[in-house]
Amino acid sequence: MEDAFGLSTEWVGLDNFRNLLSDGTYLVSFQRTALFSVLVAGIGIAVSLVLAIFADRIIRFAMVYKTLLIVPYAVAPVIAGVLWVFMFSPSIGVVTHYLGKLGYDWNHLMNDNQAMALVVIASVWKQISYNFLFFLAGLQSIPKALIEAASIDGAGPWRRFWNIQLPLLSPTTFFLLVINIVYAFFDTFGIIDAATQGGPGQSTSILVYKVYQDGFKALDLGGSAAQSVILMCIVVVLTVIQFRYVEKKVQY
Amino acid sequence: MVDRNPWLNIFSHAVLIIGVAIVAFPLYLAFVASTHTADAIVQSPMPLLPGMHMWENYKEALLGSGKLGSNTNVVHMMWVSFVVAMIITVGKIAISLLSAFAIVYFRFPFKMFCFWAIFLTLMLPVEVRILPTYKVVADLGLLNSYAGLSLPLIASATATFLFRQFFLTVPDELVEAARIDGAGAMRFFKDILVPLSKTSIAALFVIQFIYGWNQYLWPLLMTTSEDMYPVVIGIKRMLAGGEAAVDWNIVMATAIVAMLPPTAVVMLMQKWFVKGLVDTEK
Repeated sequence: MEDAFGLSTEWVGLDNFRNLLSDGTYLVSFQRTALFSVLVAGIGIAVSLVLAIFADRIIRFAMVYKTLLIVPYAVAPVIAGVLWVFMFSPSIGVVTHYLGKLGYDWNHLMNDNQAMALVVIASVWKQISYNFLFFLAGLQSIPKALIEAASIDGAGPWRRFWNIQLPLLSPTTFFLLVINIVYAFFDTFGIIDAATQGGPGQSTSILVYKVYQDGFKALDLGGSAAQSVILMCIVVVLTVIQFRYVEKKVQY
Repeated sequence: MVDRNPWLNIFSHAVLIIGVAIVAFPLYLAFVASTHTADAIVQSPMPLLPGMHMWENYKEALLGSGKLGSNTNVVHMMWVSFVVAMIITVGKIAISLLSAFAIVYFRFPFKMFCFWAIFLTLMLPVEVRILPTYKVVADLGLLNSYAGLSLPLIASATATFLFRQFFLTVPDELVEAARIDGAGAMRFFKDILVPLSKTSIAALFVIQFIYGWNQYLWPLLMTTSEDMYPVVIGIKRMLAGGEAAVDWNIVMATAIVAMLPPTAVVMLMQKWFVKGLVDTEK
């Protein structure tokens, strides 16, 4: 722990961790992060799976769709945040205006859940291209013979998707799940900083954002470093899971 | 496809068009906003068709400095972004080629230890290690410099891993043939390995360029002087004044300009990029 001027440093052992774990806001931030990453990973994977399934079916214009869908990958997280805030801004946003006409009052500066929804949407938007490309590659590597065999056996498109393509995609899905969680944990800093700055209150302050806030804004260097260590453990666990997967592949 | 069902095809197109529309809408809106005057945008609802003020806005965004709340113009910020992204990209590719080469082709003490050390430490995103990294860079006196902006981001586990996987598939006969012909280690590396891994290098170039260009948190902490701001930070700074005071048309014009280089790189190199992206991570 350092004093305000950084003149003396005191060894406090595990106190920083103890403070952290008994600190209510930290635990809340943990829950928020969990909710956030589950939403981002779940929605992102579902949406891009649907898009990829249909993109795999068609031949005409496939290239056009693909090119347009990968553009968000090139957009910086901060810019993504700015774009979505611009659309949803309470005073001038276009979407807000039309939502208001429908009788729905949108103000993410006041409402916790709407703020969360905003950052989730922006994060999903940014990640769709990545998921989409992987699903498309996965779908195209499924042998055509399997699909043909199934349709000879009388399986319709829905049946074929449910019983053949989806199970065969499970390795890809699992891999994307890990990647998306890592993404939601760490790469969304820019989106949150541009869109909500962790607010209102602490409602969108996920762990990474809190490290930054506590360390560089509130200058609690010790506490922030302790949070970094905890995050580090999470990354290592996720990495190990990912690498085990790389070696074994998920079988169904 | 197996069966031809016209309705299903139409339905597929419909779903994709809706998907693309949703994905493209924010970008379209940004473009529209960048072609209107600030007053037109603040009116609710803002117009949904492009306006007439495109050139003024882009000129103002690129060269004007008075309205931006900072003294440097966007062209300069773009230059900073570009230099940093290029240093990171080229540096990353060079370093990971060499380290993968070392790990695959040489036997040295603690080889496995080095291998795991590289992964465990480098899989950690910058976001996790900001404090210690900041301390090191500050102590080295690298704040507000190109070196400070790019060095901490330059090492890469994923690239090293990719090249390692690739080198493992290079047949031993090539190494032997090269040795018989009298090539040393570096000669082999330069004349055989590097040309063989051209595709991977191209793919990594795209991925890393975007990574470098879009860095936000690190430059945010690192740079205190305005002439070292990358363009991404610049945009964020323009919003600092609060919603009413922001010239959204200029902000959006800048955002569009800032998006162009990475988007161009992705689109032009789409084929390698997609292939590389999918291979890299598997």
